Amino acid sequence: MGMTMTQKILAKHAGLDRVEAGQLIEADLDLVLGNDITSPVAIKEMEKMKVEGVFDKDKIALVPDHFVPNKDIKSAEHCKCVREFAYRNQITNYFEVGEMGIEHALLPEKGLTVAGDVIIGADSHTCTYGALGAFSTGVGSTDMAAGMATGKAWFKVPAAIKFNLTGKPAKWVSGKDVILHIIGMIGVDGALYKSMEFVGDGVANLTMDDRFTIANMAIEAGGKNGIFPVDDLAIAYMKEHSQKEYTIYEADEDAVYDEEYTIDLSSLRPTVAFPHLPENTKTIDEIGEDIKIDQVVIGSCTNGRMDDMRIAAEVLKGRHVAPGMRCIIIPATQAIYLKAMEEGLLKIFIEAGAVVSTPTCGPCLGGYMGILAEKERCVSTTNRNFVGRMGHVKSEIYLASPAVAAASAVTGKISCPCQLK
Amino acid sequence: MKAAKGTVFKYGDNVDTDVIIPARYLNSSDPAELATHCMEDIDKDFIHKVKKGDIIVADKNFGCGSSREHAPIAIKAAGVSCVIAQTFARIFYRNAINIGLPIIECPEASQGIEGGDEVEVDFDSGIIKNLTKGTQFKGQAFPEFMQKIIAAEGLVNYINQK
Repeated sequence: MGMTMTQKILAKHAGLDRVEAGQLIEADLDLVLGNDITSPVAIKEMEKMKVEGVFDKDKIALVPDHFVPNKDIKSAEHCKCVREFAYRNQITNYFEVGEMGIEHALLPEKGLTVAGDVIIGADSHTCTYGALGAFSTGVGSTDMAAGMATGKAWFKVPAAIKFNLTGKPAKWVSGKDVILHIIGMIGVDGALYKSMEFVGDGVANLTMDDRFTIANMAIEAGGKNGIFPVDDLAIAYMKEHSQKEYTIYEADEDAVYDEEYTIDLSSLRPTVAFPHLPENTKTIDEIGEDIKIDQVVIGSCTNGRMDDMRIAAEVLKGRHVAPGMRCIIIPATQAIYLKAMEEGLLKIFIEAGAVVSTPTCGPCLGGYMGILAEKERCVSTTNRNFVGRMGHVKSEIYLASPAVAAASAVTGKISCPCQLK
Repeated sequence: MKAAKGTVFKYGDNVDTDVIIPARYLNSSDPAELATHCMEDIDKDFIHKVKKGDIIVADKNFGCGSSREHAPIAIKAAGVSCVIAQTFARIFYRNAINIGLPIIECPEASQGIEGGDEVEVDFDSGIIKNLTKGTQFKGQAFPEFMQKIIAAEGLVNYINQK
């Protein structure tokens, strides 16, 4: 019986020749990540442990990104706690405001996540790095504390679901539509405790940014991780961004999968997840009525990358947002912000009547920078549309791609760019 | 491990960590403060009614969403002695064990228990008794190492004791 890609990475990091689904293992960690919300709890826990310092100051990444620049006094205290811990322990990869970005866009860009790594992060969207062929998964603060202290974590080896992707996505269809389609198909617990392994000829037709978006939302189907094969595009990305050595793992031909799905990317349509679960999906053609909206957010660890900025600009160029619309665009990192400026995208956004923010997770989790009032509706390129996620419990979030979000900002109702004049 | 006994608060599928503890309160990490907002966006009365020892029972995928450990911390600090669900989201499951909040998967119990029922849970055997209805269910007993983590009030104390 063969192993999946995920199982092979875990076996290697546990010092075992083979593992199987359900087995409990202890694995060596290549990177431990935390942010300004989860790290203070982890730091407090670690201080209770009888250890001296961290296991490896180069293998910890601390990224204040949720409530920075500090939104209030309490947030400022949290950030101060993380900053002081980073200095005290000489953490190499601490990213201050001015260098920071949204963690899951920042770490691959900084070359800290590569194929074959085992990565835990105290943030559920840590699964993003599977796009590069790493095993990465979200954990809580106590696991982060134990990881920072010991460099190890225990895992139950996951079973897997195989998604065989074929074909090429049409214009205005991107990674976001692929993952929303999949979550709509299998449900928010459809991959509970399992790894989601994406394979097939269609992978070559997805950009790296598409793949980051898809792996990022594996958690929204309950998945432990999402993972892609390492092809020339992934290798080129790692060579451009990283000095780290990478290792390519491939699933065995006789690897065992609990379920297998084939998805023809050319058949997908722009897809929107209706309130209040990411599984409540409809294609743009299935939305019969006009759904009027008050706000659009384009950004987050899901869709704040360069592809996303370019698509939004392509839609907004020479157009203006609808009267009364608040359109908030958040490049995910400083490098993306700068590139968007150099390419003239920020000018397009501002002339279209959008605001452009410094990198922050802010509105995605209802922190700040775009909170919704009662009965307001938002089309957002973020990852969760739970009750109250972006503000009032009676507000509504519609999850969509940057293309649909930008088009919706222009018309004031949920729209596809193909419907614009 | 000591058995749990209390009155049940019952919820449905996909209770996410944003309704267990909304992110607007995550500028604090103080358990007592977090507890005052526990379940606020799904059940405003919860925090006024909950008594020490009470039990939460839910359907599928309890604790889905964010990895915030603040969610099980808020539930524990509110006085809840155990959460029973058909299934748990995996990060929540890990976090609950790691901070010493007992949780147990049992689809039959989730179907056979209503809000307001008096329930007793024996963690050694996994037996869940509905004292109000006189029924009994068998949940998954914890492996020994997980029992030890919970008995030590969390992973950190457990590691320190080793």
